[in-house]
Amino acid sequence: MKRNLLILLGGLLLITGVAMAQNTTPSADEIVRKANHMALYQGADVKGKVSMVITDTQGRVRKRAFNILRKNDDNLNRNQKYYTFFQAPADVRKMVFMVHKHADLEKDDDRWLYMPSLDLVKRIAASDKRTSFVGSDFLYEDISGRSPEDDHHELIETTEDYYVIKNTPRKPESVEFVHYIAHIDKKNFLPMKIEFFKKDGRVYRVIESLQVQAIEVEENGQPSTYPTVTVSMARDLESGSTTKMTYSNINYNIGIGDDIFSERYLRRPPRDAMR
Amino acid sequence: MKPNKLFSFVGFLAGWILLITMAPVVSAAEEGKNPFLEQFAPIEMHGFLELRAGVRTQDDPDAKDISVMEARCQAEFFTYTDWAEFKYKGDVWGDGITEQAEYDTREGWIFSRPSNLVDFKVGRQILTWGTGDLVFLNDLFPKDWQSYFIGRDSEYLKAPSDAAKISLFNEIANIDLVYTPQFDPDRYITGEYISYWDAGTANHAGQDDIIHADTPDRWFEDDELAVRLYRNISNYELALYGYWGFWKQPSGQTVSATPIFPELNVYGASIRGQVAGGIGNLELAYYDSIEDSGGGDPLIDNSEMRYVVGYTRDLAMDLNASLQYYVEQLLDYRAYEDSLSGIPKRDEFRHVITLHLTQLLLNQTLELSLSGYYSPSDKDAYLRPKISYDLTDSIILETGANIFIGEEDYTFFGQFENNTNVYAAVRYSL
Repeated sequence: MKRNLLILLGGLLLITGVAMAQNTTPSADEIVRKANHMALYQGADVKGKVSMVITDTQGRVRKRAFNILRKNDDNLNRNQKYYTFFQAPADVRKMVFMVHKHADLEKDDDRWLYMPSLDLVKRIAASDKRTSFVGSDFLYEDISGRSPEDDHHELIETTEDYYVIKNTPRKPESVEFVHYIAHIDKKNFLPMKIEFFKKDGRVYRVIESLQVQAIEVEENGQPSTYPTVTVSMARDLESGSTTKMTYSNINYNIGIGDDIFSERYLRRPPRDAMR
Repeated sequence: MKPNKLFSFVGFLAGWILLITMAPVVSAAEEGKNPFLEQFAPIEMHGFLELRAGVRTQDDPDAKDISVMEARCQAEFFTYTDWAEFKYKGDVWGDGITEQAEYDTREGWIFSRPSNLVDFKVGRQILTWGTGDLVFLNDLFPKDWQSYFIGRDSEYLKAPSDAAKISLFNEIANIDLVYTPQFDPDRYITGEYISYWDAGTANHAGQDDIIHADTPDRWFEDDELAVRLYRNISNYELALYGYWGFWKQPSGQTVSATPIFPELNVYGASIRGQVAGGIGNLELAYYDSIEDSGGGDPLIDNSEMRYVVGYTRDLAMDLNASLQYYVEQLLDYRAYEDSLSGIPKRDEFRHVITLHLTQLLLNQTLELSLSGYYSPSDKDAYLRPKISYDLTDSIILETGANIFIGEEDYTFFGQFENNTNVYAAVRYSL
């Protein structure tokens, strides 16, 4: 009963919060800051299963499956650690890809790849984040996030459901787009659609969130929910290739230790990551 | 690899026993009948079938025209309980070179993580450490150069060890201890698959002159110990290494010219981390050939210093390059020169430059790669161009070559000139 009251109270607070937010439209930077948090930093840590279905123009289908562990270094929405354990296809099965993500623009991420058939821990140069992730239409930067500091943000439209933000890169020479436009859900601040534009004004790449689920979590001992994108689609309009990414078995705030993101667990994955 | 045969067979048997006993586990566990078997997770099974064929591009009087010809099946089984993990991985293949059915246990181990401070892994396992890219200094775990040179998949460059690995973790530095109770030599060039230069007869030799070395094989006496201390400081990986065992390839001979594995201790260090948008590595090792401490014994290889410095980075989207400079320095060179009697002598320094280029195309389904080793001091080179294409998620097509070039017959890569080969393979994964 008490819990129900709390939820009701929480709900009311949320509604009034949202109502207030609607009254005073936040700044573009504030929207992007929140969207960045919602897309990548909810909870102290999270574990989930990812499956990708890549379909090319000729209808050929390739599948990828991996488990992913993520942990925030702090509450500042900056540095994070990622641990990815591959399950399919066969040639990458049981490989582990680990990233220590550094939000500092001057500092490259640290990346490792473990190849079990050779027992080899490989250090990977992290120079180009705008490279396809495992051959899909998602880029590394789509998975681990593009830092808000990389772009100028401009609120170009507020519709009934979305804030529409135009993002222009601070270092245009480092990326293949001239700008991208993000539709951010006004209620939960999740990015629902991102369109990337080429110089001639053409959209050539689209990422859409197709499904959002409220994942039940425990936060500081209290039940709560984190809205989370569980199905998303990346489309490369130039090649005609699409990738549907499904995120399942999501568990937030499970207390992943910092040591998981070390050579010990790179060479021999934690049980959590394998299942 | 004679002494390993028995071990292979035991591993093979253990694997199948595991499989056979576990197969009912899944059903038994469902019914909740057998409390012992119930603790095992359902067995994960994977594997592949592969056909691989290659030919020498020139006539080699000491070897067959075919360089590789095999139909291979690899099977892998994995399960775990609350307290341990179990893995078996083995290959069977029909081998056109040996004209026999061959079998090799790649892995057969138990792993356990009994506390926050300790991991251990016991059994047949693949072991690798060190920073070199296909150049090994402090990694004295067995390599399979024959497989590498005839163009088998790169996973076969590493031969398995029958060993116990204990890893200790703490704040100051982590420690790996690997104890191999019976010496595991490299699968070195014996003449069986690859012909070589026989310094004794000053001639090329091959399948009719297979090297029969006297391999140390007494359990718990002819053993090996390898140790690594390592820690990260701001993601710069620092490591110290030690090894007490034997030269991994015949590096000496008896008075009656039987190749032997003299005792060897190795001490070294390495560092690896980010440098200017890429990854830099530096490693060195002192090879102490303790049976020839003064360097004056012509029958035993001298001690050496080995150094490598390397750098890898992306040059463009999905194009990676790695460059290394590797040096072997023969110690006590004067004593070595004095002890010589007519054999083409080694230089004091052997310099090798390695370059690896990898380009991914077509949504990373097509991989073009080139590995090159070039020695300006030996005036020889080894090139490994390769193309592999993922036709589907389970079918991989591959073609490549192993090209040996050398001015002299007796240098490291030059001696293999007649073995230059091209190959193609298709692999179907299950």
